[in-house]
Amino acid sequence: MSLAEALLALMWVGVTLYAVFAGADFGAGAWDLLAGGPEEGAERRARIERSIAPVWEANHVWLIFVLVVLWTGFPRAFAAVASTLYLPLTAVAIGIILRGSAFVFRKQFHSVRARRAFGAAFAASSVITPFFLGAIAGAVASGRIDPAGDIDVVGSWTSPTSLFGGVLAVLVCAHLAAVFLTADADRAGETDLVEWFRTRAILSGAVTGLTTFAGVAVLHADARHLFDGLTDRGLALMALSAVAGIATLVLLARRRCRLARVAAVTAVVAVIWGWAAGQYPEILVDHLTIEEAAGARATLQAMVWSLAVGAAIFAPPLVYLLRSAAKGDLE
Amino acid sequence: MALAAETVDLLAARQQMALSLGWHIVIACFGVGFPIFVLLAEWRGLRRQDPVARRLARRWSSALAVLFAVGAVSGTILSFELGILWPRMMADFGDVWGLPFTIEGVAFFTEAVFLGLYLYGWERFSPRAHLLVGLPIPIAGVASAWFVVTANAWMNQPRGFDVDHYLATGQVRDIDPWAAMFNPATPVQTTHMVLAAIMVSGFGVAAVYAVGRLKGRRDRHHRLGFLIPFAIAVVATPLQIGVGDAAARFLAERQPVKLAAIEGLGETTDCAPLTVGGVFIDDRIRFGLQIPCGLSLLTHHDPNSVVQGLDEVPPEDRPPVNVVHIAFQAMVAIGFFLLGLGAWWAWRRWRSHRLPESRWFWWAAAAAGPLAVIALEAGWVVTEVGRQPWIVYEVMRVDDAVTDAGGLWAGYTVLLVVYAVLTVATIAVLRRLARSPLPDLEPSREPSP
Repeated sequence: MSLAEALLALMWVGVTLYAVFAGADFGAGAWDLLAGGPEEGAERRARIERSIAPVWEANHVWLIFVLVVLWTGFPRAFAAVASTLYLPLTAVAIGIILRGSAFVFRKQFHSVRARRAFGAAFAASSVITPFFLGAIAGAVASGRIDPAGDIDVVGSWTSPTSLFGGVLAVLVCAHLAAVFLTADADRAGETDLVEWFRTRAILSGAVTGLTTFAGVAVLHADARHLFDGLTDRGLALMALSAVAGIATLVLLARRRCRLARVAAVTAVVAVIWGWAAGQYPEILVDHLTIEEAAGARATLQAMVWSLAVGAAIFAPPLVYLLRSAAKGDLE
Repeated sequence: MALAAETVDLLAARQQMALSLGWHIVIACFGVGFPIFVLLAEWRGLRRQDPVARRLARRWSSALAVLFAVGAVSGTILSFELGILWPRMMADFGDVWGLPFTIEGVAFFTEAVFLGLYLYGWERFSPRAHLLVGLPIPIAGVASAWFVVTANAWMNQPRGFDVDHYLATGQVRDIDPWAAMFNPATPVQTTHMVLAAIMVSGFGVAAVYAVGRLKGRRDRHHRLGFLIPFAIAVVATPLQIGVGDAAARFLAERQPVKLAAIEGLGETTDCAPLTVGGVFIDDRIRFGLQIPCGLSLLTHHDPNSVVQGLDEVPPEDRPPVNVVHIAFQAMVAIGFFLLGLGAWWAWRRWRSHRLPESRWFWWAAAAAGPLAVIALEAGWVVTEVGRQPWIVYEVMRVDDAVTDAGGLWAGYTVLLVVYAVLTVATIAVLRRLARSPLPDLEPSREPSP
């Protein structure tokens, strides 16, 4: 493995953790939107709030981590992505502002009217943000970012692959969140909530699975290069994801909530690494390889060392935070 | 006359960057300084078994939670915008100046993790353990600020690559990211910014309690809430003025055009005057008070020394003088006002161990919060506008760095609305927090054995 590949793998770990943990936080916002009127939804929203409040900021930092590694380690790829996709990126930026601020603001209010206004902003932005992130992934994966070519500011991210990516991202977030919230409610002994979230976890899981099937046809028609990679190098991981996804649904049906959480995370992680395997060795499909995009060797070395030292500092407390939150110790 | 589309987009890009950075920098200052005050209050509560101090710390931590969240999201936008608005700078120099951002990411992670444990761990940890959990927050906050500002320092003093080769060929080679990070501007700029963060947050938090005092609230909760942040900001003020002086002398040596714009010095001259106030018209300052040889004396400690003027570079390489000149005057004036305010307080404390009674003092302390923010913004205008027309000093111009993608005005307009709403909402939430009734005092707990 080359130095550039090692650094990109570290970044991909960041992408994975962002997708799993921040993805579940976004999904929780989607369920907040669908939790019902102020009275019937109060308990559900309280559960969502308790579950994500201590961790969402730490989970959000993975995105910053991914951005800075991309621009320092692979500056040309970052510049091309950012300038071509500035519209969806601006949408993501606004979504991030609204989601984070509306969430902390809502906690300070008790009146139904204020809570509803901030809640709507929080929930809507929790859906919009992953949609555009998925659309961005679709643009990269379908070869629509060309550092040397003309910039197509709209067409680059409105392709079928981008739309599929956006919808899939929203669904995956919602499914992960429902699974996580089921497990959280189960651990806290909130029986009614367990059933509410469990039903939705199964439903969203089934819809996600069906959408993925439909997506295979989309990728075949619109992102042939990625499709070939997924069915070749990425095949084992894709199969693992499918098995884990089905296992999640079976475990949920049998009320094995904690194991279902493990299975759902496995399914998501396998897709993300399957995607990476599918488009290897290209960082921008059809246009730029990892080695071509890589920055100076001295910089890559400095980054790998800084991240190694940094991870030794922040990883233990981060694991402790996530474990304490998952055990409900911080509620 | 219609402006060319590129000119309009460049203006939109600059306005958007200025808006996002100018907004974030205020909140970020609270992220650096405020945790120090929270922990000091908690420490006092623990050491002296003082339930009022502990309650104050707990209340402050709610405000800190709001400010930290808003700071985190508004900071994220900046990393998007560096690529969205200035892709040509990022493509050429991402691997030259990116390292400090990566390390800042580590520091920010540490801050976010410990803040999560701190905010939601009041019941879970023993008082002593809770204080220890909080300790990494200000350390990581200061570290974040330090690393980010090294990147800005690099824009003023680009190092860590072969500059001559780049100017000749447009190719970046011989990259050394550590040399880029530890560039000549780093020590003075990072120190100036960290002290500014402490002053803004200190005078800012204290101003809330000064307003309370003017409304007649004199209880211990309010006295302590004023004293802790104010005392720290007062200590930082003279240090800041000293560092600011060093910064000006640094400019004389390394960025003479910026200093010339600050002083409105049209021509290179010996015995250069120090200008107070005034407006720059037709290559010289009018209506200002000029202290003969003052600038020469300040920059080189020699009244006959030569100070370089704007005429050292062609007109297209000069920054807009009045913006820089006026911003600098505002910053310095506020700095000395804050110094005087601190001296008043220190005098009373030394003489009688009491807070000043005069309402003038409390009005001034209430004004000090917003004034410190204005000084912060002014200082930032001096360093950013003073560097124009360069995005990377004497290496890359702003108009060579901006994106080719058109239609930036639309994005800027939307963001303008978003920031307006965010500003109103943040202020409303903080006011609400400040007005909510204080909870009963907790019985002071012995630290668990």
